[in-house]
Amino acid sequence: MSDASSRPSAALDFTDISVEDVSRSFGRRRALSRVSFRAAQGEILGILGPNGAGKSTLLGILATLLRPTAGRVCYGGMADTGGAALRGRIGVLGHDLFLYPELTARENLEFFARLHAVPEPAHAADEALERAGLGARGDEPVSTFSRGMRQRVALERALIHQPRLLLLDEPFTGLDDASASALVARLRELRQGGAILVVATHDLEVADRLLDHALFLREGRAAASIAQPKHLRSTYQDVMTRPIDGARA
Amino acid sequence: MPKWFTPAAILCGLMFIISPVLIARAPDEAAMGMVYKIYYYHMPSAWMFLLAPLVCGVSSALFLARGRGEDDRRAWAAAELTVLFGALTLITGPLWARRAWGTWWVWDARLTSSLVGWMIGWAYLILRRYGGPGSDKLAAGVALFGAVNVPFIFISVNYWRTIHPPTTIVPRLPVDMGVPLWFCVFAFLLLFILLMTMRLRLEVARTRLDALYVALDE
Amino acid sequence: MTPGTAARPPATPFWRTVWTVLRKDLTVEMRSGEIAYTTLFFAASCVLIFAFALVKEGKAPEGGAAGILWIAILFAGTLALGRAFERERQAETLRALLLAPVPRPAIYVGKLLGIVALLVAAEAVLLPLVDFLFTARLFVHPFWLAGIVVTCTVGLASVGTLFAAMLVRTRSRDMLLPVLLYPIVVPVIIAGVQGTAALAQPAFDEALVRFWLLLLVTFDIVFVVLALWTFEAVMSD
Repeated sequence: MSDASSRPSAALDFTDISVEDVSRSFGRRRALSRVSFRAAQGEILGILGPNGAGKSTLLGILATLLRPTAGRVCYGGMADTGGAALRGRIGVLGHDLFLYPELTARENLEFFARLHAVPEPAHAADEALERAGLGARGDEPVSTFSRGMRQRVALERALIHQPRLLLLDEPFTGLDDASASALVARLRELRQGGAILVVATHDLEVADRLLDHALFLREGRAAASIAQPKHLRSTYQDVMTRPIDGARA
Repeated sequence: MPKWFTPAAILCGLMFIISPVLIARAPDEAAMGMVYKIYYYHMPSAWMFLLAPLVCGVSSALFLARGRGEDDRRAWAAAELTVLFGALTLITGPLWARRAWGTWWVWDARLTSSLVGWMIGWAYLILRRYGGPGSDKLAAGVALFGAVNVPFIFISVNYWRTIHPPTTIVPRLPVDMGVPLWFCVFAFLLLFILLMTMRLRLEVARTRLDALYVALDE
Repeated sequence: MTPGTAARPPATPFWRTVWTVLRKDLTVEMRSGEIAYTTLFFAASCVLIFAFALVKEGKAPEGGAAGILWIAILFAGTLALGRAFERERQAETLRALLLAPVPRPAIYVGKLLGIVALLVAAEAVLLPLVDFLFTARLFVHPFWLAGIVVTCTVGLASVGTLFAAMLVRTRSRDMLLPVLLYPIVVPVIIAGVQGTAALAQPAFDEALVRFWLLLLVTFDIVFVVLALWTFEAVMSD
């Protein structure tokens, strides 16, 4: 864990995030409706729900890319003021991976390292490549990689600036079992290191072994919030087929 | 609708009905006789065509700065009025020009700048119609750029024009043409305000409806 | 890998961001060359089409060469802008840029410089081509020509980059870009064409060229500043 003396005074950091009654609508369509939850460091929170439930919208709001139409998000007690400093503490692994296909893995990592003002970006990129297990293929264009390999590069890209909050949108899509297990192991490692992880997924098998906390989203509403979830598949069926009226947890 | 709306609408209607009478009684102009009288509609229309983009530009800047829905609605309404009064100006203008200069269109600095400004108004409306969600901010950007551009458009078109041999000299009509002109200006201004109010009301209703849909989903 | 332990400034400095983005764009472009080659060839095709349409008895209309040149650049530039931002749309890398702790206007400047570099590279081929095909005598005053060409290109790119970035996630963005861009850049086109044509005249009117150049410089300054102010607002949701 970090100790106060190694942290520069100007740096922003937080140990938890709290989402307070957040709603977001797009014109007439309500994407999120009064969602509230907390997540603290050393925790993996899962956001579960079918397509269209609002998972990506919620992650977008947590990433400060979208503003909520009501409610607010607090990072360690501070509301988001749209500053660059806050963005520097958040890492996002999007569904679309955010990698330039024409650039090599190393170049992609270096580019984002530079953007995030990581000291010694070239060195950081090398280390990231090693962690991704792609040291040998670092100089090949990302377009030649398989989905799993691209995922590993994208994850390292999201982590290269050592964010406090890591948001992952459907990270297990298209991964084979080995890659999925490797990702789970990596996420556990990060949790150990004190990050706050929020994972949106509809892959319940994997989520079962991973999550400390599960938030079920249904049509934009928080249908249930369960700590230390077990047997996610049956819980999920249960929550998703409950009548809406009983859904406010 | 606010209380003053109906009496104002009646007044405006009456003014437009009376205006031809006043205009007919104004003195004829030496060279062109009756025809110049369309100027009594053309000038106020042109002034509204200057006012509307000003309102649009300022509202757009406010919207970008503050993000308030009312600024956006005002900008949209003003953009529509830009296109409307622009159309009126660009129709009455050539009608006058045909008689005065023997041609429907000349590449005069003001006419051409007006045409470009009118097209920017159209561009705004096309963006709002076909741009999908999020086009409110984008349109505000376009309106702001369009508004700031006005002096550049005028200067460049003006100097562009002088390269060509001048086809006609645009006569400087006396601005002070007396009572009929100011009467028409007031009538047009009233019309502007009425249309703006109606349009804003429509947008406010639409926003309220959207909010109801969203609340229904709650 | 412990979060929060690295000592670094909270946000990346402006010019460092600009340079990083620019370098990345140039690297990507040089790898594939897609935008550069297609822009250039499209512009050259435009010049040819206009030549066939407008040239009578082997001569372009008075000042026509300048007009043809700038129309070709405008059309080709529009496509290049669309394509450049389409690239950022794949894999949503524009979102990644917006997520980075960088001053957002710096992203705009980085992209702007990339587009200007691309267009100037295309113009380096187009100008001799137009000069050659129409015997336009464009290079008689090379420094003035460079001034007009660069400022005009910056003018087109300054507004074009902002609009193309704004439209990245909009429907019908390919059609909307020219619809929005062309009326706004009318002064730039007028100044560019008139300035270039004035350079080709046998009786060189320096004051006139200077006037157009001044107009272009003013336009560039005003609109780049305006774009810097509005970029954050139009890109946030």
